[in-house]
Amino acid sequence: MQTVAPIEIAQPREAPLSASGREAVFVTRGLTVSYGKAPAVSNVDLSIYRNLVTAIIGPSGCGKSTFLRSLNRMNDLIPAAKVEGEVHYHGQNIYGDGVDPVEVRRRIGMVFQKPNPFPKSIYDNVAWGLRVLGMKDDLDSRIERALTQAALWDEVKDRLKKGAFGLSGGQQQRLCIARAIAVEPDVVLLDEPASALDPIATSKIEDLMHELKNEYTLVIVTHNMQQAARVADMTAFFTLERTESGGHGVLVEYDETPKIFTQPSDKRTEGYVTGRFG
Amino acid sequence: MAVDATRFSLTLSRRTRRRKLVNLLMQVLATIAALAAVAVLAVVIISVAQRGASALSWDFFTKTAATFGQSGGGVADALVGSLVLVALATAMAVPVGILIALYVSEFASPRIADAAKLVLDVLNGLPSIIIGIFVFALLVIGSGQAAWKGSFALAIIMLPLVARATQEVLALVPSTLREGAMALGASRWRTVLGVVLPTSLGGILTGTVLAVARAAGETAPLLFTTSIAANAVTWDPRQPVLSIPIDIFALAESPDPADHARAWALGFVLISFVLVISLTARLLLARYRSKLER
Amino acid sequence: MSARVSAVPSTTAPSLSSRRRLGDRLGDGALHGLTAAAAAAAAALLIAIAWKIFDVAHPAISKYGFGFLTHQGWDVARNKFAALDFIWGTAVTSFAALLIATPVSIAIGLYLSELAPRGARTVIASLVELLAAIPSVVLGLWGILVLGPFVGQDLEPWLHRHLGFIPLFSGTPENAGILVAILVLTIMVVPIISSICRELFVGVPTELEEGALALGATRWEMVRGVILPYTRSGVAAAVILGFGRAIGEAIAVTQVMGAGHGIHWSLFATGDTLASRIAEQYAGAAGLQVASLVYLAAILLVISLLVNLAARLIERRFTYQRTGGS
Repeated sequence: MQTVAPIEIAQPREAPLSASGREAVFVTRGLTVSYGKAPAVSNVDLSIYRNLVTAIIGPSGCGKSTFLRSLNRMNDLIPAAKVEGEVHYHGQNIYGDGVDPVEVRRRIGMVFQKPNPFPKSIYDNVAWGLRVLGMKDDLDSRIERALTQAALWDEVKDRLKKGAFGLSGGQQQRLCIARAIAVEPDVVLLDEPASALDPIATSKIEDLMHELKNEYTLVIVTHNMQQAARVADMTAFFTLERTESGGHGVLVEYDETPKIFTQPSDKRTEGYVTGRFG
Repeated sequence: MAVDATRFSLTLSRRTRRRKLVNLLMQVLATIAALAAVAVLAVVIISVAQRGASALSWDFFTKTAATFGQSGGGVADALVGSLVLVALATAMAVPVGILIALYVSEFASPRIADAAKLVLDVLNGLPSIIIGIFVFALLVIGSGQAAWKGSFALAIIMLPLVARATQEVLALVPSTLREGAMALGASRWRTVLGVVLPTSLGGILTGTVLAVARAAGETAPLLFTTSIAANAVTWDPRQPVLSIPIDIFALAESPDPADHARAWALGFVLISFVLVISLTARLLLARYRSKLER
Repeated sequence: MSARVSAVPSTTAPSLSSRRRLGDRLGDGALHGLTAAAAAAAAALLIAIAWKIFDVAHPAISKYGFGFLTHQGWDVARNKFAALDFIWGTAVTSFAALLIATPVSIAIGLYLSELAPRGARTVIASLVELLAAIPSVVLGLWGILVLGPFVGQDLEPWLHRHLGFIPLFSGTPENAGILVAILVLTIMVVPIISSICRELFVGVPTELEEGALALGATRWEMVRGVILPYTRSGVAAAVILGFGRAIGEAIAVTQVMGAGHGIHWSLFATGDTLASRIAEQYAGAAGLQVASLVYLAAILLVISLLVNLAARLIERRFTYQRTGGS
């Protein structure tokens, strides 16, 4: 296979890790999510591996966010959404009978595109989830640990009781990350976490992901190829498949990041990473 | 690699089970509250309908109250009285209300517009008995009751409702419409009267209808201004007239069950009128709004 | 032969300052003036109302002063009047009605914004709002002839039997009284508060809700942690608005409260509020009684304005809070 050169392959901070020998945290089988009659993303078979950063890339509208949200059953909140297929989390189908979304979301946290801290103090933002989930022991040190892990502690340690809205966008997003990891999830899903942020804040978030993957499994949706090249160990490329009734997203290729960007197997992947479309 | 069963298990922990129970309890309570409200509505309407429907008859609508000792008779004087009162009140309140709304939306500076809206809101929040006393003190002391004085009191109640509804509709008229007219060279007053107002007519109408529904049911303002009337159908606004709410009020206090039956029937007529036009007005308003916002 | 060219007089050329423009300017000015006059009239009306009420109440105000508010007793025969009984009646009935109505209204607002099946949402919301459209005299009629007997013959005896040791439920059950008035006021106030609450709850940004749910919170925990705190001030303003409605209600209350006097602890007792006493005794009143009744109205007016002001201030804080002030 000929090596192709993408527009400008960004250099990752460290050599990306490989999936071999790792436990699969998620295994999806035939996952299809539709809104009403129209499928948004179709027939996805994908495995997400432990302690890696997995990036989901592709042109807009190809169902990346929809796919991500189906990993923690956030699509349940949309009344018209229908999920078919299976998503196995450590061997249990999260859409199986008797599985409660509340338990699912406890283990699989999410950080959203637009920072959405609660209208509470910085302290209470992180404390809220802990209190609700009954992790009230040693609250202060849990909060400090979460904020430290989110690289925010030094900036806020003197104003924990002040409102979260006083923080900058990048700080608010790191607060949301702290809030998510405070409750000790297994996986953290990030839906375009830096798209609303300036380049410096973005860079901080990317550094963060590098640290966080030691403890958590991260899945990130990004429309920024360079970002995927910088942070991800594995990359999944989705694209839009057109039909008469519109289009729906499909998984095209999933492999270790360097391979996706330099030796993609599928022509569509090649077209995307070399900038010919998308 | 073996799955760490406890760490990743998705079966409900005891704590989560408890949390889900609390969640369910709250859902049940909220549902009960909503159902209770609807149930109360149903109970009141059914009570009124059941007891009132039996007293309805042709005589009921066309005759006035029977003279003492005789059975039968009707409430024609109250029906006509209410008609006169509300019609006159509407004629008083609507033009002024529209003018105020036009001022707030087309001419006033933001600060003055806020002040005007404040005045309207305060007027709207005044207990209607206070308005009744005001009109009594202003017009009735010394010269006696009259229908038009009652209408004046009702008009004060209707005014903020009409003004606010009109102002909300005027605000929905796209500024491009106004600008288009003025770009053609039309003056301010022509734009307002010829373009803005006609576009808002639907909303103004529904606002007026809702105000009418409110005025038709008001009792307190009429107590002091037009409650002692001759037992005859009067169309003359200079005379005091009997009205449906006042009649219900008086009949309800009476010990005579026949009077109660008449009160129920009047209540049924009033509630049917008010609810039907309230509902239609709200539906029309919703449809009108969505048309404008498109 | 040369073409005859005659100079055409320029009287028909369009002029930028024509008569038409004068008419327009007059029209603009007239409309502006007319609408401004209407707005000014509304303001003048408000002032006139306050002024006239204090004017007619003057004989009683000058005779009794502030003592009117702190003394009990309303004796028409002896021409001695005082307001405390009715201030108490207003306070008890309105606060109690709001005590019941507030949680119920919040629950209904939450039901309509979170729980109700989408199709039924507008229908149920309209039904609850229709409750507010029922004329108070009809609700009072229903109160006298249906609710009153139920309370007097079923509810109050039951309360007396089981909870009679509490002073609230002592005394003899009657068909009219404070408890019936409280229930009727609650029915009037719930639709007002709940419809405002519903709008407030629906207005909470979805991303805030999703942030809470993504942490693994249940829906109720999300309501408690995000929706209720976020809408706190708005709900407070709605409650105060409901309170204003309750204190001003004259007709339904006078129909079911029994026109009693005195200050009692028992909810079964009859009583009167400021508004209901005015409605009760206006007929055939003369002289000092009239002035005293209007003095009651003046007190009610002041309370009502204060309540309106409070609601407004809280609402302003709500907007401030929502736009980012912590």
